[in-house]
Amino acid sequence: MGLESVVGDQYCDLIIEFCNLLIHFVLLISRQGKVRLTKWYSPYSQKERTKVIRELSGVILTRGPKLCNFVEWRGYKVVYKRYASLYFCMCTDQDDNELEVLEIIHHYVEILDRYFGSVCELDLIFNFHKAYYILDELLIAGELQESSKKTVARLIAAQDALVETAKEQASSISNIIAQATK
Amino acid sequence: MAGSSLRDTLFQRTLEDLIKGLRMSFIGETAFISKAMDEIRREIKSTDPYIKAVALQKLSYLSSLHFYGMSFAAFHVVELLSSTRFSHKRIAYHCASHSFNDTTPVLVLITNQLRKDLSSTNEYEVSLALECLSRIATVDLARDLTPEIYTLLSSSKVLVRKKAIGVILRVFEKYPDAARVCFKRLVENLHVSDTQILSAAVGVFCELTSKDPRSYLPLAPEFYKILVDCKNNWVLIKVLKIFAKLAPLEPRLAKRVVEPICDHMRRTGAKSLVFECVRTVVTSFGDYDSAVRLAIAKVREFLVDDDPNLMYLALQALSVAAPKHLWAVLENKEVVIKSLSDLDPNIKLESLRLIMAMVSEGKVTEISRVLLNYALKSDPEFCNEILGSILSTCCRNVYEVIIDFDWYVMTLGEMSRIPHCRKGDEIERQLIDIGMRVKDVRPEVVRVGRDLLIDPSLLGNPFLHRILSAAAWVSGEYVEFSRNPLELMEALIQPRTNLLPSSIRAVYIQSAFKTLIFCLNSYFSQSEIISSTSCLDSLVTPASQFVPGRDFQEGSDLATNNASAQNEQEEGFNPRVLNRSSDDISGDDGEEIGGAFCGQTSRLASLEMNVLTDESVTNVLNKIELAIGPLLGSHDVEILERARNLLSFIELIRKDIANFSSQMEETLPRDETEAFKIIKMMQDAFSDELGPVSVTAQERVPIPDGLALKDNLEDLETILPDVQLPSSISFSLGSALQDETAGVPFPTVQNKEDSEPSNESTFLLAEHRKRHGLYYLPSEKNDVSNDYPPANDLKSQGNAEDLVKLTEQALVPKKKPNHAKPRPVVVKLDEGDVVPIAAKRQPKDDLLSDAVREVLLPSDTKASSSHNKPLDSSSIKNKGKEKVNVDTPESKEDLSIDKQDNRNQSLRKSKHQSHGKDRKHRSSRNAGDEREERGQEGKKKSSHRHSKNKGRQRTDVPQSVIPQTQVIPDFLL
Repeated sequence: MGLESVVGDQYCDLIIEFCNLLIHFVLLISRQGKVRLTKWYSPYSQKERTKVIRELSGVILTRGPKLCNFVEWRGYKVVYKRYASLYFCMCTDQDDNELEVLEIIHHYVEILDRYFGSVCELDLIFNFHKAYYILDELLIAGELQESSKKTVARLIAAQDALVETAKEQASSISNIIAQATK
Repeated sequence: MAGSSLRDTLFQRTLEDLIKGLRMSFIGETAFISKAMDEIRREIKSTDPYIKAVALQKLSYLSSLHFYGMSFAAFHVVELLSSTRFSHKRIAYHCASHSFNDTTPVLVLITNQLRKDLSSTNEYEVSLALECLSRIATVDLARDLTPEIYTLLSSSKVLVRKKAIGVILRVFEKYPDAARVCFKRLVENLHVSDTQILSAAVGVFCELTSKDPRSYLPLAPEFYKILVDCKNNWVLIKVLKIFAKLAPLEPRLAKRVVEPICDHMRRTGAKSLVFECVRTVVTSFGDYDSAVRLAIAKVREFLVDDDPNLMYLALQALSVAAPKHLWAVLENKEVVIKSLSDLDPNIKLESLRLIMAMVSEGKVTEISRVLLNYALKSDPEFCNEILGSILSTCCRNVYEVIIDFDWYVMTLGEMSRIPHCRKGDEIERQLIDIGMRVKDVRPEVVRVGRDLLIDPSLLGNPFLHRILSAAAWVSGEYVEFSRNPLELMEALIQPRTNLLPSSIRAVYIQSAFKTLIFCLNSYFSQSEIISSTSCLDSLVTPASQFVPGRDFQEGSDLATNNASAQNEQEEGFNPRVLNRSSDDISGDDGEEIGGAFCGQTSRLASLEMNVLTDESVTNVLNKIELAIGPLLGSHDVEILERARNLLSFIELIRKDIANFSSQMEETLPRDETEAFKIIKMMQDAFSDELGPVSVTAQERVPIPDGLALKDNLEDLETILPDVQLPSSISFSLGSALQDETAGVPFPTVQNKEDSEPSNESTFLLAEHRKRHGLYYLPSEKNDVSNDYPPANDLKSQGNAEDLVKLTEQALVPKKKPNHAKPRPVVVKLDEGDVVPIAAKRQPKDDLLSDAVREVLLPSDTKASSSHNKPLDSSSIKNKGKEKVNVDTPESKEDLSIDKQDNRNQSLRKSKHQSHGKDRKHRSSRNAGDEREERGQEGKKKSSHRHSKNKGRQRTDVPQSVIPQTQVIPDFLL
């Protein structure tokens, strides 16, 4: 309750105009309220982003375990699901299909799981960008674009291979250094 | 190799180092990050792409998780974009899509790079560019890259093609003319067999349709095919959403589609698809009874499911269905009511909404009773939700559901006493509104107001101040219904009123003024009668002999208040008893007395005169002077002015009254004294009845000459961002008081007192009472008196089962209410009781979507009716130069569409329904017209349009892009 009243006063100035998208943003928040990943499909300033996160983590983290996975928030709906210590949150419109979004979240987690091999929070902390790239394969412009786990895994692997070859070339830096320090 | 660069290379922290360091963070997170930011700023300038890439990677990490701005790095991002290495490109694109926005200046620099990447042979590079474009595309980028996207829309690589489809949404939004080029190819993607591509295309159409369904109606056959043939649930959900938007526009389509939807509902096992079917049916196919029944059956399955998600969604579906199909809610009422005590606040809320949907005339009393009991046990937040929904349900359509207003007013009083009540504003509004609208209920309003006013403990709760303000106002305005004006007066000037905010205190003073006038008036008319009608003397004397003793007691021994005096008083002050007795006694003289009395106050005034004596009047005057006197030093003008009015008035009449009481017989007849005339005049002024005012009343006031009014006040928002509009109550011009009750916003400072513990104030009150006992009412009266059940007693009710049982009774359908009395007359205004929908802020989006439709529509209409074809293309090409001619050929053509358009035009000023819901929120007529014209499928061009089109159509590629879609009427027939 306290939070609600604070929120009301503090954020009344924040007017967000969302584009018409299925998913407006994706957030990964740890149980302690640490942000692990943010992806915004609608334009926000950095200031708005912090506000949104503070507001939402206050609402979502305080919810008990056996409650439903949807939160109404400023005329939008935030679908969240907790996996171990991480909350995966996606914001959608009121009339979007919540169960579908829940499935997208699950889908994402499964792909992460497959990619990292039983994913944990630390994987996401240290492979921050990987988590992004996987999300990018899954969603574009806030729309689900790849519903096959296998395909996503294949795409990511292919891109990783591209990066690896680049790395090999990059490792020639050590050659350069070796030369330079000669 | 430069030395510094080498050092950087060797010692640069990688992202992993940064993350590790952050987790250790010996020096505190902020300090560590600012140090890291310093490093990044230095590294980012490096000419070495490796160092730059790592720096940007770190920066994007800090930016997305710790919200540090990275706009300073925009140029470096652009530099890195041109790197040939995939890993660098990937980092750069990620940074760009994360940090760029429409105002980023360097965006103009990346057009060529994007073009190059979009036509790259490496599909992953293309996909990177597309992803980035889907986030950052601006008008210029969208325009310049449209040809590339057009090519990619039919790419043979699935990965590229589906992403290109995804990007289309953003491109159309930014640059609507792209639709002329790309729309056909986009439609072609609906015919492919690959589900990924299909899914992407349907997703795009789903979003496009939700903005403007009508334009996409011609594509219905394609969607229908997908609905029937497709087996992919993701796609089906999207198609259902599309049909939910299209069906209301075209009844024939709905008829055709409803069966396949029901098939899906029966067949599928996927809950998300079932739910989407249910929602589609209840929102858009409400007329198809069998479909609705099937959907509700599914809803029932969800309701009994253990999954709280399904429960929640089922409740939501029910509340969508409720307005049209109340039976659906009634059928499931047990579950609905039970879920009121669910753990989940969301579910509780939904359940509450549904229960309120079940409210009808007969049930409102019982349901409210049950809910109020439940509110007492709930947490404060939910308690207020309950109160709020009761209040809003009951006042709907000018108290449509209320028959027993006495009950409702009493309930309002009860609500005020619920400890967590935060609905003061609304209760205030309704109390006053009911007082003004429903004449018959005024005695009860005054009684409830009195109960609230005389309870000094309520003054300590800032959330009740608005209610007290209303109570004070109704008590003053309808004082003639008060059983005991003297008691009321004391309540209004009690010392604890200094806890009130000044605006409300001013209401108190004004009400005290009205009460005083009333008392004096009845005092004078009483003696007038005594002197004039001799036959009454004998009747009145016993009463007035008996009264002084009691009054004396009341005046001086208030603190001690012995029981007998109390009883006496109760009896003496009961208007009904007195009324009856005086009627009985006067008997045959009744008519004569009736003639002597004046106006509406006649009956009750006759009672008051019996209880007012010279002593009590002097007493009252003294008390007022004592209580109000100090307010002459107030800093608030409202208080100051009113206090001065009141005191000056007393000054004015005091002498006469003193003379009057000392030597009654020798002075002039009372009705000739100066004081009496003044009082009469004031009484007349105050007895002018105030009525409710139409919310549109102001519109009828003619605008004075020379007053320039702005239609659009949006720029006001920038000047006064925080000012809230005053509450919507407005009264007719009666007295200064109304303005003040309505207009003065609640000072926010008062909220701070919120946390003040009440026992502290009661202690202070006790202290105060000891010292100034004279000014307090007898303590029995402070406690809620016997005729008023204290709100907290209701707490005795048990748990949820009780609730269910109680509500069970309440919700038994067909239980005819047995009301002892008929519904009193509620004053309604001809029009304008409904508050017009507040002007919504126009999201910028809407304009864009309009533009999309505007561009899409010609191509659609070309497909649907060949007659329009030449017209449209000419109008597009000519760009308004020969507009006058354009209309003529069109008017000759006798097309059904034209007819429809003409009708639309004639309906333009009335509520316009054919263009979807978003239309209804049009705030000003002008805006509506303008949009209307743009919606007219490019036929009736206004001058507005010309200028806009010229600006927009920089490249026109109008040929060869007509989608050869089927004509919808053919499909349907």
